Amino acid sequence: MWKVIIRRILLMIPQLFILSILVFFFAKLMPGDPFSGLIGPHTDPHEVEALRRAAGLYDPWWEQYLRWLGNAIHGNLGMSYNLKEPVMTVIGHRAINTFWMSLLSVILTYLFAIPMSIVAARNEGKWQDQLWLTYNSITFGIPPYVFYLLIIFIFGYSLNWFPTGGTVSPDAMGIIPVFFSKIYHMILPAFSLAVFGTVGIFTYFRSGILDEQTQDYVRTARAKGVKEKVIFRRHILRNASLPIASNFGFVITGLLGGAIFAETIFGYPGLGQLFITSISGRDYSMITALILLNGFLGLLGALLSDIIMAMVDPRIRIQ
Amino acid sequence: MESENILEAKQVSVAFRIAGKFQKAIYDIDLSLRRGEVLAIVGESGSGKSTFATAVMGLHNPNQTQITGSILLDEEEVIGKTGDSMASIRGSKVGMIFQNPLTALNPLMKIGQQIKEMLAVHDVYPENQYESRIFQLLEQVGIPNPKRVVNQFPHQLSGGMRQRVMIAIAIANDPDLIIADEPTTALDVTIQAQILDLILEIQKKKNAGVILITHDLGVVAEVADTVAVMYAGQLVEKASVEELFQNPKHPYTRSLLRSNPSAETVSDDLYVIPGSVPSLSEIEYDKDLFLARVPWMKEEAQKVISEKMTEISSNHFVRGQAWKKFEFPDQKLKGGKK
Repeated sequence: MWKVIIRRILLMIPQLFILSILVFFFAKLMPGDPFSGLIGPHTDPHEVEALRRAAGLYDPWWEQYLRWLGNAIHGNLGMSYNLKEPVMTVIGHRAINTFWMSLLSVILTYLFAIPMSIVAARNEGKWQDQLWLTYNSITFGIPPYVFYLLIIFIFGYSLNWFPTGGTVSPDAMGIIPVFFSKIYHMILPAFSLAVFGTVGIFTYFRSGILDEQTQDYVRTARAKGVKEKVIFRRHILRNASLPIASNFGFVITGLLGGAIFAETIFGYPGLGQLFITSISGRDYSMITALILLNGFLGLLGALLSDIIMAMVDPRIRIQ
Repeated sequence: MESENILEAKQVSVAFRIAGKFQKAIYDIDLSLRRGEVLAIVGESGSGKSTFATAVMGLHNPNQTQITGSILLDEEEVIGKTGDSMASIRGSKVGMIFQNPLTALNPLMKIGQQIKEMLAVHDVYPENQYESRIFQLLEQVGIPNPKRVVNQFPHQLSGGMRQRVMIAIAIANDPDLIIADEPTTALDVTIQAQILDLILEIQKKKNAGVILITHDLGVVAEVADTVAVMYAGQLVEKASVEELFQNPKHPYTRSLLRSNPSAETVSDDLYVIPGSVPSLSEIEYDKDLFLARVPWMKEEAQKVISEKMTEISSNHFVRGQAWKKFEFPDQKLKGGKK
């Protein structure tokens, strides 16, 4: 198994390499460049030209790519054109914000979705089931950005219960107040993300439980005289959780994926928000780094999911 | 003293809720089984064999089914028992072997755990004997290398091995009654005989009663003591195995026997019963339902019959009177179509 894992990790290198070429190429195809935004009525066009020349933007794209690649191999992903800081430093900062917020939202997602699915499946067709099915159809139908704006309007603006942006309040001093202030700032975006995350898990888990309930091995357990409660816990739930476990690798790596809509709308400075501002600012080095990061997370997520499946399901073996 | 009859079913009817209405799936079934005997229930798919067995096990969903009549398991009434009181009977007094061993075991649990679960639910064997009992059972059902098998998962075993494990589970608590619901249907022909022999061997050793549900008449002839033939939820004929094979009376029994290939069959064509089992909503239980599939007995099919089963000779019961007029078309035409 370890051999397979190492081979799959090594296989990621060429995949990421190809991804980097594509990203670099397409980023250059976008109209404008990092310096377009600097031009105002009073700027000297010659100065901007000089900046572009100095940054090497007039070299052919493959030459720029090879330069970038040379640096990247040495662990240097370059400077952000717009933030004038090393790309790695910026991503590092934002990644921490995104990680904690995503973690909170994932925890909330499972806290909502799992009891919801169990209650719905155990009462199939009854009002409890109808209630959660309706609830999930509604959240599935609402565009997330509309929902986020609504949440901000109600809880941030009208009721004024939660802050509408940032990660920490400026007057929080000391470890504990900062910790609580950070949690306080995460709650709205994390909760809103969880509302949408719930739909997928609910749908899978509820139908998983319903499927497993009718399986032959459940009838065998009944024929053994096992009590219904135990059958549900020991036989049905365990088998019904497999599809959820199969997705868990992506959930783990997704903690660093960044939520583009949620972070932008809630003014939460994480990787998702950074991605959007980098694209609109044509921050080539940042865009490339972020997409590569996401590509890597995707590949890693698939590998992690396979490993998790091999651990929980004896029928599955990594090959 | 223990009663002679391990199973005593009287006027058992089971109705399923279909589209809000209860539709009877089996009607007025009277069957009994003595300790140490094998009762075979035969009939084509949809005749209600499994529905009856499921009722004996109390495995029907109480919200979706209505069961009436009486089923005495070792003098204990089963009908009406639900939840945990029924659960304590299942697995201790009755053990059940199902049709498809490939899906009947939990894919995530080791074989040893699945047998242990059966022992742990009932207090027949004390906890410190579980391990030795598991090995004993696996040996008894003929599984080579039990030490390895207890730590294996179902997918690592063949279908025949899995059915052996199912049998080990069913007999773990020495039940008085073993219900085998088409235990060999999903298995390779070469394995079928082994599994049947195993069930019979265990039955003899424990002096348990066996209900064998099957549509394989060859199996019935070999292993059964008594045969009950079911059609569309009705019992149509019941007799000892010799009597039934030598002297079948009901048109359905005769058709079934005739459609079974045998070495003595002279004709190139197998007899085919036209039509199929009626669906639940079309069934009228006060008639002899099979006659609807006999084209030249249409008027008989309309007759309401008052007596259900008549004893025509010692322990040979047949439904209705129409069987007296039944003849196969080729016999009727003297010589048949050839």
